[in-house]
Amino acid sequence: VTKGKLTLLCDANTDGSFLVHHFLSFYLKANCKVCFVALIQSFSHYNIVGQKLGVSLTVARECGQLVFLEGLKSSVDVFFRAQAEPHPLQFLREANAENLQPLYEFVREALKPVDDGEAAWRCPVLLVDDLSVLLSLGMGAVAVLDFIHYCRATVCWERKGNIVALVHDSGDTEDEENNILLNGLSHQSHLILRAEGLATGFCRDVHGQLRILWRTPSQPTTQRDQSLTYQYKIQDKSVSFFAKGMSPAVL
Amino acid sequence: MAAVATCGTGAGSTGSVVAAGSKNHVTSFQRRGPRASGSDSSYSRLVSIAGTRPSVRNGQLLVSTGLPALDQLLGGGLAVGTVLLIEEDKYNIYSSLLFKYFLAEGIINGHTLLVASAKEDPADILQELPAPLLDDNFKKDFDEEACNHKTAESNIKMKIAWRYQLLPKMEAGPVSSSRFGHYYDASKKMPQELIEASKWHGFFFPEKSSSTLNIEPCSLTHGYIKLLQFIQNIIYEEGFDGSNPQKKQKNILRIGIQNLGSPLWGDDICCTENGNSHSLTKFLYVLRGLLRTSLSACMITMPTHLIQNKAIISRVTNLSDTVVGLESFIGSERETNPLYKDYHGLIHIRQIPRLNNLIYDVSDVKDLAFKLKRKLFTIERLHLPPDLSDTVSRSSKQDLAEPSKLLGPGCGVMAGGKKHLDF
Repeated sequence: VTKGKLTLLCDANTDGSFLVHHFLSFYLKANCKVCFVALIQSFSHYNIVGQKLGVSLTVARECGQLVFLEGLKSSVDVFFRAQAEPHPLQFLREANAENLQPLYEFVREALKPVDDGEAAWRCPVLLVDDLSVLLSLGMGAVAVLDFIHYCRATVCWERKGNIVALVHDSGDTEDEENNILLNGLSHQSHLILRAEGLATGFCRDVHGQLRILWRTPSQPTTQRDQSLTYQYKIQDKSVSFFAKGMSPAVL
Repeated sequence: MAAVATCGTGAGSTGSVVAAGSKNHVTSFQRRGPRASGSDSSYSRLVSIAGTRPSVRNGQLLVSTGLPALDQLLGGGLAVGTVLLIEEDKYNIYSSLLFKYFLAEGIINGHTLLVASAKEDPADILQELPAPLLDDNFKKDFDEEACNHKTAESNIKMKIAWRYQLLPKMEAGPVSSSRFGHYYDASKKMPQELIEASKWHGFFFPEKSSSTLNIEPCSLTHGYIKLLQFIQNIIYEEGFDGSNPQKKQKNILRIGIQNLGSPLWGDDICCTENGNSHSLTKFLYVLRGLLRTSLSACMITMPTHLIQNKAIISRVTNLSDTVVGLESFIGSERETNPLYKDYHGLIHIRQIPRLNNLIYDVSDVKDLAFKLKRKLFTIERLHLPPDLSDTVSRSSKQDLAEPSKLLGPGCGVMAGGKKHLDF
């Protein structure tokens, strides 16, 4: 498990959520402490898919390995009832929320290292699914970038942890804010996984193409970034990858 | 954990759902558990709710959309707790029809309805619901038994093109589960007794807009805030979120919201490009949060063709679970195009959710067209008529190329693409 990395998951014209499920189960199995900001689906959804991939989110949550912020459920609480203390999703109630500071505080609190000699987890991980939703909820692209910057400073640099975030690439629709967010994050990240639909359209056997790009953002670009492309098919309990054109359906 | 084990084995055996015993029911409601805040003791009473069935794929609880053809395309039906977004056709003819089918299905199944509209009074909408087709003779009178049986579509035997009979039918024929999905007669109105016997709540925005706000100003428009409060009130008071465990009979709340996003709701995204761009998306997010934590399903029709800022459409799509687009031929040049003469419009399934699963049901057919007959709304694969002329004129060739480019993309979530080639 590498440390101090920001991984960007991006999907264009297809659904990249299988990558989120993969990273969640990967880090839980690797015994890392995970803070999962799940804004788009409910806890039971991730739990059931996690069980197919071999981890149990309920167990992880109970023993403290997983801190789960369920966006959909908390949004209802925040929206309809005034909260006594600042809530991570407080911006839902505000007309012009400036920044995502309450959310950052939540993350920082969640990934605080425990000093009382309990089962020491490996590096802390922040997983966000997904950042584009924050734009839809009224935050500007700059606010989201700031949030990631703060999280990076705390999680990646201070605590030597990892961050994995999913952003939707809107493709040719003119979503300026999303493009700003995507470009900004692409420059900062060490690893970009980009799930794309096939250029030729829909196919039953090949669900899409995954492009992997390793970057070294801190060093000058004298060395070339490495990239790899695979095509994939999503199955019930796993995803199978194969080289371009080598789908078992074709051979 | 024993619960986990049951879940696991339940997921493995997809078997025949209809005949499945309590095991499948236990599985599907174990999955419902974390969503509804109800207690574990209510599971034993949760044998079945009228008008629902578990999905074959993942045990998700489904309700019918009112159109068996659409149910089949969506993988069996609309999952409880999700939002179905219908992108309206240009003159809002077929989308309002789908809306009415959805509500009529709720009445037949005894679900509670919540109808929200800024244009028509919900009471008027309910008066205009289509009548259900009950037995083989299409008689209007009924008794309690008959209204639960579907009509048998007469299976016309093909004599000449008999090979085509082997092709899979798009619409669901007579199915063994008699309580899921009904056919409606669009020319007749639903009997008054049925409407009065049903339980419904109406939200008519012009009536409610005068009352005071008791929430801090946030960027949602006034209409959306009131609608959300109304929905949340109903869910809480009637116990759809499991907050009232003494209720004996669990029921589904069907929420229908008409013309969301139109200027009648006070939202200006259809008028200007730089309007209040977050109001609608915030509304959808909180609505989905409400739905996920209650036994309800929602259908929203939205005039997306009027929204000026295209970015909002993609955000709205990402925030909804199922998105279906309707494109009718009325008024467009396609009405007279000989390619489309049998159909009334095209239907695009833009997104299907992957719930509790990495994969999802998607039909192989991407080019779908719909046709409204008096008693039936069919969705079929778009068949291009045979090109019988010896000299094919250039204009018709161009017409062929244009729509095929548009039909190519199909279901955007799987893979987008401009060319009409399959892999």
